[in-house]
Amino acid sequence: MEKLKSLTDLEKVRAETQAKLDLRARAGSPEAVVQVRVAMATCGIASGARPVMDFFVDELDKRGISAVVTQTGCMGYCYAEPTVEVQLPGQEPVVYGFVNTKRADEIIEKYIRNGELVEGIIPVNYEKID
Amino acid sequence: MHLLVCGGTSCRASESALIAESLKRELEEKGLGNEVQVVMTGCFGLCEKGPVVKVMPDNTFYVQVRPEDAAAIVAEHVIKGKPVQRLLYVNPSNGEHVSGSGQMGSFRKQIRIALRNCGFINPENIDEYIAREGYAAIGKCVTEYTAADVIGIIKKSGLRGRGGAGFPTGLKWEIASKNQSYQKYVVCNADEGDPGAFMDRSVLEGDPHSVLEAMAICGYAIGASKGLIYIRAEYPLAIKRLKIAITQAREYGLLGNNILGSDFSFDIDLRYGAGAFVCGEETALIHSMEGMRGEPTNKPPFPAESGFMGKPSNVNNVETFASVPVIINKGWEWFSSIGTEKSKGTKVFALAGKINNVGLIEVPMGITLREIIFEIGGGIKNGKRFKAVQTGGPSGGCLTEHHLDTPIDFDNLVAAGSMMGSGGMIVMDEDDCMVSIAKFFLEFTVEESCGKCAPCRIGNKRIYELLTHITKGNGTLADLDRLRNMCNVIKDTSLCGLGQTSPNPVLSTMDNFMDEYIAHVTDKRCPAGSCRDLMKYTIIEEKCVGCTACARGCPVNAISGERKELHFIDQKKCIKCGACFERCKFSAVLIN
Repeated sequence: MEKLKSLTDLEKVRAETQAKLDLRARAGSPEAVVQVRVAMATCGIASGARPVMDFFVDELDKRGISAVVTQTGCMGYCYAEPTVEVQLPGQEPVVYGFVNTKRADEIIEKYIRNGELVEGIIPVNYEKID
Repeated sequence: MHLLVCGGTSCRASESALIAESLKRELEEKGLGNEVQVVMTGCFGLCEKGPVVKVMPDNTFYVQVRPEDAAAIVAEHVIKGKPVQRLLYVNPSNGEHVSGSGQMGSFRKQIRIALRNCGFINPENIDEYIAREGYAAIGKCVTEYTAADVIGIIKKSGLRGRGGAGFPTGLKWEIASKNQSYQKYVVCNADEGDPGAFMDRSVLEGDPHSVLEAMAICGYAIGASKGLIYIRAEYPLAIKRLKIAITQAREYGLLGNNILGSDFSFDIDLRYGAGAFVCGEETALIHSMEGMRGEPTNKPPFPAESGFMGKPSNVNNVETFASVPVIINKGWEWFSSIGTEKSKGTKVFALAGKINNVGLIEVPMGITLREIIFEIGGGIKNGKRFKAVQTGGPSGGCLTEHHLDTPIDFDNLVAAGSMMGSGGMIVMDEDDCMVSIAKFFLEFTVEESCGKCAPCRIGNKRIYELLTHITKGNGTLADLDRLRNMCNVIKDTSLCGLGQTSPNPVLSTMDNFMDEYIAHVTDKRCPAGSCRDLMKYTIIEEKCVGCTACARGCPVNAISGERKELHFIDQKKCIKCGACFERCKFSAVLIN
């Protein structure tokens, strides 16, 4: 990584990354892909998030769906771990709770492929500050 | 099109499953079964107005829906595209019907500031943090503001320490900045030890860069070039992610010499704690970092004068730091517009205990316990009755039904006999015995007392013994007086915050639930039915059919009786394990 020597350098990284993240969410574009974020804090991992993340990585690849699977921190829904956020291009992200590999399979087949919501959605119950 | 039906516990209790079925049936009848899907979801955090139905993609929000409303929703909304007015949420401030979720913001009780990035970014990728305005605040500080400006902003924002006592952060920074020295330190207190509190861990695991950035801002403000994070070794994932974050920040030059081309240099290292509760006290924490025993010393001198290695040091909690970059970016006016008069901003709480939606929440100061427990938290598990909530962990106290509508902030909690603490909230229902709860916290304090001063070391042990005595049914009314006296002495004479607050759980349960203490000592009875030694199992003559299930299940052979005849429990042998109660299919075993 090159050192950021000024605010301009920092702004460049911000703009580039933001564009990359937005691009993934923009519908229509060939680079627009599904984003899957698995909550992988200690609590999530303890309730089985790791096999779920592996499942998404392997199965999306096997089934020929282009997607980016990343880890993230705690979403705060401890009662519903493991939690996974899925964002289809051009849509609001949806959080699913109690995701095991069986439900992950359902999410891939129904939601990611066809846009059909499946059981276990956790509605956003907080305000974002940006 | 999707119809989302809330399947949270309290909406389910008010027939949301039936609503979903009715909606499905209506859709089938109208031949829309394939085009519109009905999906049960988790809790919307609006339990008071449940059951809730949300229509996607137009985000219409219906509240207090009843199964018979399904026909109207399908006929009016799904087919004609007109929202059903009478079921829309009414904005309490202006009495208007609100349909779109964009306008619904007002109903959401949570605002995420410290947790703004948790669950959104990949914590192991600095670029994603930067994409969300990360390191813009330190950039702003080193290019636009003087150190005094930064301190002024933090002071005016009204930010108070999130670790427990709520000392004004800006003031703390100012004192540290005024003490002259060639070397000063910024210390992050990540020694999170309250039972049931885990917000610091979540921030460090989900958004480590926000803490690094804030420490650099603090360093700039007080004139320190070195930061140290004191974190317990029991948090391996947080440590791993912090290490990755520090490495990445150094590679970008966001830590190290001449940050973003300025004259300001700052670097951060980790220090591991062995997981002692007392090391959350700042002087004990500093001693532990220096390699000495984790014991507190008298203040003054405060760490701001003589801290780590005798140099001026500023110690702040993880959550406090996590709020700092946002304040710089969005301005103190914005931050101080949230919260109450003397407690600004938001607070993260860890909800635990007998509550449906166990989890981490961030709410504006001034919210009531009722909103937290019954709306965000989804109410008490299994429909039981709310009894109390313990805030502030082992240093706090319990709040009862009377406090449900008190706005929560630092000062109100102290006035109610508890404290903010680090933000653990343990919810108790009617089955919890308050004497046992006090005993639980005292057991914790006895284990965690460092032993340096006598009141804490010996006094807490004596309190614990007295409480044990009472829960075994051996207490007297005189013991209750002794208990209270001893608590007051420990509070007044202990060296550090641990001892000064450790009797709080006892005092507050005595203040609020004296009747339970009295029942334990005079009637030898535990009203909540949880003190095992005070329980008595008997068999009800009329109900016993002589099936022998209890006798076969008794691990100590305390139950006798012939087949098809009344059974009898020998109280001398009974160990009160409850096996007979669980096995009896005829509810013939009585507990009292």
